[in-house]
Amino acid sequence: MRRIISILLENEPGALSRIVGLFSQRAFNIESLCVAETDEPSLSRITISTFGDDKILEQITKQVNKLVDVIKVADLTERPHIEREIVLVKVLAMNNKTRTEVMRISDIFRGDIVDVGKQIYTVQLTGDEDKISSFISILSNETEIIEVVRSGTVGIARGEKALRA
Amino acid sequence: MTIERLSGAHLLTKALAELEVEYIFGYPGGSVLDIYDAIFQQDKVSHILVRHEQAATHMADGYTRATGKCGVVLATSGPGNTNCITGIATAYMDSIPMVVLAGQVASSLIGGDAFQETDIVGCSRPIVKHSFNCRDVNDIPNVLAKAFYLAETGRPGPVVVELPKDILNPDIKVPFVLNKDVKIRSYNPNVKGHSKQIKKAVEKIVNAKKLVVYTGGGIILANAAEQLTALVERLNAPCTNTLMGLGGISGLHDNFIGMLGMHGTAEANKAMANADIILALGARFDDRVTNKVEKFCPNATIIHVDIDPTSISKTVSAHIPIVGLVDVVMAQINKELDDVGYQSSADTFKDWWQDINQWRKLNSFSYETKEDLIKPQQVVEAVYKHTNGDAYVCSDVGQHQMFAAQYYPFKNPRQWINSGGLGTMGFGFPAAMGVKLAFPDSHVVCITGDGSIQMNIQEMSTCLQYDIPVVIVSLNNRSLGMVRQWQDMIYGGRHSSSYMESLPDFVKLAEAYGHVGMQVNHPDELDDAIKEAFAIKNRLVFVDVLVDENEHVYPMQVRFGAVDDMWLKKGEKV
Repeated sequence: MRRIISILLENEPGALSRIVGLFSQRAFNIESLCVAETDEPSLSRITISTFGDDKILEQITKQVNKLVDVIKVADLTERPHIEREIVLVKVLAMNNKTRTEVMRISDIFRGDIVDVGKQIYTVQLTGDEDKISSFISILSNETEIIEVVRSGTVGIARGEKALRA
Repeated sequence: MTIERLSGAHLLTKALAELEVEYIFGYPGGSVLDIYDAIFQQDKVSHILVRHEQAATHMADGYTRATGKCGVVLATSGPGNTNCITGIATAYMDSIPMVVLAGQVASSLIGGDAFQETDIVGCSRPIVKHSFNCRDVNDIPNVLAKAFYLAETGRPGPVVVELPKDILNPDIKVPFVLNKDVKIRSYNPNVKGHSKQIKKAVEKIVNAKKLVVYTGGGIILANAAEQLTALVERLNAPCTNTLMGLGGISGLHDNFIGMLGMHGTAEANKAMANADIILALGARFDDRVTNKVEKFCPNATIIHVDIDPTSISKTVSAHIPIVGLVDVVMAQINKELDDVGYQSSADTFKDWWQDINQWRKLNSFSYETKEDLIKPQQVVEAVYKHTNGDAYVCSDVGQHQMFAAQYYPFKNPRQWINSGGLGTMGFGFPAAMGVKLAFPDSHVVCITGDGSIQMNIQEMSTCLQYDIPVVIVSLNNRSLGMVRQWQDMIYGGRHSSSYMESLPDFVKLAEAYGHVGMQVNHPDELDDAIKEAFAIKNRLVFVDVLVDENEHVYPMQVRFGAVDDMWLKKGEKV
């Protein structure tokens, strides 16, 4: 089962490598990983998209929590939450027909064309993992995809619930 | 008042002294010469020069296991640090506090493949509790205070502190500031067990028909042996210890049913298999205990007390998990037993004890003696006899380790010192040296084998330099006994690389290092030789005992079976 783990940790050198090291050392999966500083510069927030059964997920959250740099861990997928990913897709746009079709599909998905070249369009799209995967799949039916860059999932709990130090 | 200004290296030695460190175990090299110069100029902290950095880690480890005080290791950058890896991993697996001061090339050179540069923090990351890259000379004392705090609290473990050479520079002097009252916002280990869980656990214990108290290294680490004994007596329950937990209750106590697991007693493994309630205290359901997890104690309700939440339900799912310090939780359990008015009597578990006493009659530690061949078990029994059961027994890894655990009943915690988790050959001798430094007037014996002893035999030189007269008793079977046993049992007797056909003359070797060497090869000589070895108080004695090379360790769990599926002898299963 796919899960999204949110981690609040010290913004220290080496802290990220401890998280990544833990996942490989204990043979846990990482589907995607996002990390950046929070509003409080001494803290980082990591979002990891992973999968495993309940027993594995229990171990993942416990093991991450045990790391000295980690302040809080939450499984976002346990509760109502919002998840988003951003993708940049560079496609071949050689003729009018393809260009129109790419624009049409992007419009439907509420994407934006953010760069135009002689023969290429670059589209930016935000959404959850499903939306982004189906967008890429549909685009690939219309034209040749040159490059896909996905940010990985970030997420936040709905309502009052917050992960703070 | 003027504030004292010191260089990084002097800050380090001063901080170590203030943190009450007695010994540093280490080996010098380019990146730590400033520290060695500072050590030379003070007399509060003694340095023990080993012959290989791995031995420094094991010495610190042995010292810690015997005293409870955190050991300190100092090694230079590059190979000095990588040589420490096995010792760090050994401490990590057995939750032993340790602080490793790891020299590093100057900050400006880091990342440039400088001479003797390795990323020790990276190398050791999976086998440390935490590590610090110290980058500012001003931070040294407080980073050390944090390192000790982390190493010793919660579930203990090794901490690496990387010290680049530039912050140790004798010309850069800063004020000494040490804050011993450490607080780390991201680190708050649980102390007390959850009261609801305690209530649930006690309800189960009170109504148990077949209770087993199963305890591990956590009892030793928490200095909770007396408390455990009192609880076991109060409940009149049978108590079994893991390999790491031996001494948690006296090996001579009536309620003690022996070690459990792969080479445990029949009564311990049978009791586990038939229990209705298992009270696990500071043990982690290791695969050398459980055998096949799916077949492990299917009818038991498991109450699992551990300081580390990750240990709970990692292999065997716990019905009642309790996270907390084992001594604190035992006090809570006692209080709850008072509150519910619990009283045990001579009849408590009467039927259960009858079952256990039947299993005891299997006499699973019996072995046959021979007229002209020494059995390894006899050697351990002779060591027990001539040390009155009071020695610190350090072992290496293999058959001799199991024989020592089986045939030397440990009366006290911290008396039995072995690498249970990682299974590090070469651990026993340097560990014994660390113990002897701490307890020079006690018997300290290293029970080892002809394979293991050669993995750190160079430390005989250190023993001469610092006058560390341990007794080494080597059960020499001219082969890697445990490997050979598995090859006999599982690999059709094909002894692939388990022979040692070019053993040195250990007697001459001991003498060459300036010690006393003895060899014994007949059962009639054994008793006198062991007696003589322990009578020599002021010199290291190496007793090379030639034992039966065909002996196997029994009982032994049948592979992939339940906890109590065991071979009692060759060809005899229960």
